[in-house]
Amino acid sequence: MSLWVDKYRPRELSKLDYHKEQAADLKRLCEQQDFPHLMFFGPSGSGKKTRIQCMLRELYGTSAERLRNETMTFTTPSNKKVDIMTVSSNYHIELNPSDAGIYDRVIITDIIKQIAQTANIDSGSERDFKVIVLTEIDDLTKDAQHALRRTMEKYVATCRIILCVNSTSRVIPAIKSRCLGIRVSAPSIEEIVAILHKICRKENLTLPNELALNIAKTSDRNLRRAILMLEAAKVQKYPFTSNQQVPDVDWKIFLHETANVIMREQTPANLEKIRDRLYELLSHGIPSDIIFRELVKILTTKCDSEVKSQIYGYASLYEHRMLSGNKPIYHLEAFVAQFMSIYKKYLNDITMDFDDD
Amino acid sequence: MQAFLQGHKLSAQKPASFNSQRKEKKSREKPIPWVEKYRPKKVDDVVEQNEVCAVLRESMQTSDLPNLLLYGPPGTGKTSTILAAARQLFGEFIKERVLELNASDDRGISVIRTKVKNFAQLKASNIRPDGKPCPPFKIIILDEADAMTNAAQAALRRTMEKETRTTRFCLICNYVSKIIEPITSRCTKFRFIPLHEEKIIERLKFIAEQEKFNIEDEALKSIVETSNGDLRKAITTLQSCYRLKCGSDIKHSQVTLLDVFEMSGIVPDSYLEEFIKVVKSKELQALENFIDAFTYEAYSLSQFFDQLSIKIIMDETITNNQKAIILDKLGESSFRLSTGGSEYLQLIDFGTICIIAFSKQN
Ligand SMILES: Nc1ncnc2c1ncn2[C@@H]1O[C@H](COP(=O)(O)OP(=O)(O)O)[C@@H](O)[C@H]1O
Ligand SMILES: [Mg+2]
Repeated sequence: MSLWVDKYRPRELSKLDYHKEQAADLKRLCEQQDFPHLMFFGPSGSGKKTRIQCMLRELYGTSAERLRNETMTFTTPSNKKVDIMTVSSNYHIELNPSDAGIYDRVIITDIIKQIAQTANIDSGSERDFKVIVLTEIDDLTKDAQHALRRTMEKYVATCRIILCVNSTSRVIPAIKSRCLGIRVSAPSIEEIVAILHKICRKENLTLPNELALNIAKTSDRNLRRAILMLEAAKVQKYPFTSNQQVPDVDWKIFLHETANVIMREQTPANLEKIRDRLYELLSHGIPSDIIFRELVKILTTKCDSEVKSQIYGYASLYEHRMLSGNKPIYHLEAFVAQFMSIYKKYLNDITMDFDDD
Repeated sequence: MQAFLQGHKLSAQKPASFNSQRKEKKSREKPIPWVEKYRPKKVDDVVEQNEVCAVLRESMQTSDLPNLLLYGPPGTGKTSTILAAARQLFGEFIKERVLELNASDDRGISVIRTKVKNFAQLKASNIRPDGKPCPPFKIIILDEADAMTNAAQAALRRTMEKETRTTRFCLICNYVSKIIEPITSRCTKFRFIPLHEEKIIERLKFIAEQEKFNIEDEALKSIVETSNGDLRKAITTLQSCYRLKCGSDIKHSQVTLLDVFEMSGIVPDSYLEEFIKVVKSKELQALENFIDAFTYEAYSLSQFFDQLSIKIIMDETITNNQKAIILDKLGESSFRLSTGGSEYLQLIDFGTICIIAFSKQN
């Protein structure tokens, strides 16, 4: 049995639950053969991938849903063999070039170019072009992004590229100028609540509105997370009660605990404990920028505003360094150390004030 | 996967843009996006960029050409211009006479030393295989040359020095500063300027005419404003507005201002107003709430910063000192954003600095 997130994922543009007008626009776009490359952008869990899949189906019919998982192997200039996972149908292929790490440029120059050059095999298809879906383009090195530029122009008659990113700020202007941007904003709390109710109706469950609201709020307006939470809540306790505990995702709970440890004690020994916890999160594949942002959010809710503005200043500096460098742990740890020192000083100042009295 | 890849190879490596010129035209033209459809086919089709066009036209008369370095921002016609010229010079024998290498090709030292050198050493007569006259040289186009390493550029320089008899080089880049001096000094340099508003409007009107639809003057003007002289972007926006908003079933037959706002990714003014109001109120909590809501909307923060900078400069209620602090931070935040930095943290840091700026009296 599949998870609810998959089971209730809309398959057609006309069945999408929110941003309906945009869905209609996309449908209209698919009617023509001459549309440009696309770049879907928006926060995670806002439904970018779902929209892309619906578009593929609109373009190629249900056979675009017959997917194969395959591993492609390629050789780097230094003769190293690297594998990359792909998902494909007869008409499209999807891959995440940044999976290849520092070899991402090779993926673009070898694999993407090779795919782009070959015409569609199925001449029975109504479309003259195939689609290449590339995810997490914002994590690509600049080198790799540059390599994509002219490829996008040269082979446009045989292939359209659909890019999927969280934020457009790290995408080079030359690529942005070659795409039509499709903004997918996060669903509103009300939209999430409505979807949760809809799922429960289909599952024949009664969902108290208060619980739906609680889940939606805890989900950070991330629909995928909200649905996962709903299903977890069902496993935990059914019939639902309106005040039942909303089971947040594991790593967030872990991060909250981490923040508590930081608040409890600001010492080098404690910093070491924190480092282990951060490692733990990273090794579970939680993206470093998400860890960073969430940690800052949690820590600042525990601080006064005078401390806050200092924290934000350092956070943006260290996070910037982290994202332009390649060892996230150093910068996460540096930030925590900085936080501890600011916070400790602040606590000291308060107690001094008391002593003065 | 294998099946997917084995689909018949397009006649070996031949770029699609050259295809359409060939005799063996497919029975049906493949539908392509407007940017490609309306890519200049002749040098005379190129909008603006008079200087370089004049030189290229002359080269067609005299059958000679200097080494070229074309530089300028994206979407100003660099690639199109040289490709159009090459096509006019060599007709359908472009493949024998022109080698195009771009950032998607391996252009390391070894490729420069072998592939480029070998091509440069080929003979080039002044008669085409079909008996017609043509210029007695070949052209090597190095597009997106700013992505080449300095070592590769140094290797290229040697080839350029040696193979002057039958080869002309054309380098294309965004920033001329990324090309080593010994190369730039061997080329005639042409700066491609961002296209002027009237020229873009003219071109867009031409396209709308060809595609047979109407567009409000207001909307046209707004497309031009948001494209910052990048014609590629302008054309894509135009097509998107028309295709998404003016289908057969549709609401309206004309592209309107609202469509442009939606398609070009402009941040609605209300968000800018709200941001300024919030930082002026100096309430950190209000700022946090605003940013939470704003990031969920997924607008491009770099776009937000661009628009905000203009607004701040124009705002007469903000003192010069405050502007200095805010704009200084804006520069830093934009830089961090483009080189690595998340929307949320950069914006909140920027916002707190704005609050500090407004807390100062003058
Ligand atoms: N000067 C120009 N004249 C006519 N069309 C242009 C011009 N500049 C850009 N374009 C349009 O924009 C597209 C991209 O232009 P291109 O030459 O590839 O730009 P770049 O300078 O980035 O190489 C072209 O296909 C064409 O439709
Ligand atoms: Mg170009």
